[in-house]
Amino acid sequence: MLDVTMVAILVTMALALARASMGPTVFDRILAVNMFGTKTVLLIAVIGFLTDRPEFLDLGLVYALINFIGVVALLRFIRFGHFAEPDEAERMDR
Amino acid sequence: MLLLTLLAATAVTIARMRSLLAAVMLTGIYSFLGAGWMLLLDAPDVAFTEAAVGAGVSTVLMLATLALTGSDMKPRGHSPWLPLAAVLVTGAALVYGTMDMPAFGDPNAPIQLYPSPSYVDKTEAEIGVPNVITAVLGSYRGYDTLGETTVIFTAGIAVLLLLRGRHRRVRGDDTPSDGETPR
Repeated sequence: MLDVTMVAILVTMALALARASMGPTVFDRILAVNMFGTKTVLLIAVIGFLTDRPEFLDLGLVYALINFIGVVALLRFIRFGHFAEPDEAERMDR
Repeated sequence: MLLLTLLAATAVTIARMRSLLAAVMLTGIYSFLGAGWMLLLDAPDVAFTEAAVGAGVSTVLMLATLALTGSDMKPRGHSPWLPLAAVLVTGAALVYGTMDMPAFGDPNAPIQLYPSPSYVDKTEAEIGVPNVITAVLGSYRGYDTLGETTVIFTAGIAVLLLLRGRHRRVRGDDTPSDGETPR
């Protein structure tokens, strides 16, 4: 059962990778990257249960947080084009 | 094995990508794959570092760089064959070098025989710290670690000073010059 899950996750990862590399718009790519991170978390969880090491779940949690930070940074960059604070950015624009 | 195939496919895609923004996103994917692969090799702490640094911090840093430089790539002016040959020769040398390495997990490999058993045996009595790695880093190689920490701390201070200088100049343009109290 877990083997089947693992294969399914790997196939999904391959599909997300294909979308990230082809993706016509930037949002396809962001979605694919986010999805890929999520699948990595799931993969870690499945590996943890396959090898009887449930403490891998903690690692999965950290990966989820990192993925979140990365995607937020990407979205912020695409929306604003920089990482400065809003008031400061206003000052820099002037 | 499938993970390694995905890793290679990602690397080729990054190399062929003309849009730098997409390349940054794909490096994030690459780091996640690399971290997953290290986890499969039973190195969770290395995988942890790879995910935090590769997928988290370096994505943000590269995006910040793109914000400063723009995300278009100059067309390359030379043929790709010389770099390709250099990479192939280096890779072949590295693969040739791995042939002398002992097999993965070989109990008779030099690294398993010397000097780790003595550390594992004596750490409890000499240092009294249950984690051997912590004992080596914090006590046996304490001065080394202190030096490393000093180097990183100095680098951090230098970066902070550089960034602060830029901020002040930006604010300096903004302060009114007609005698009003500056904010």
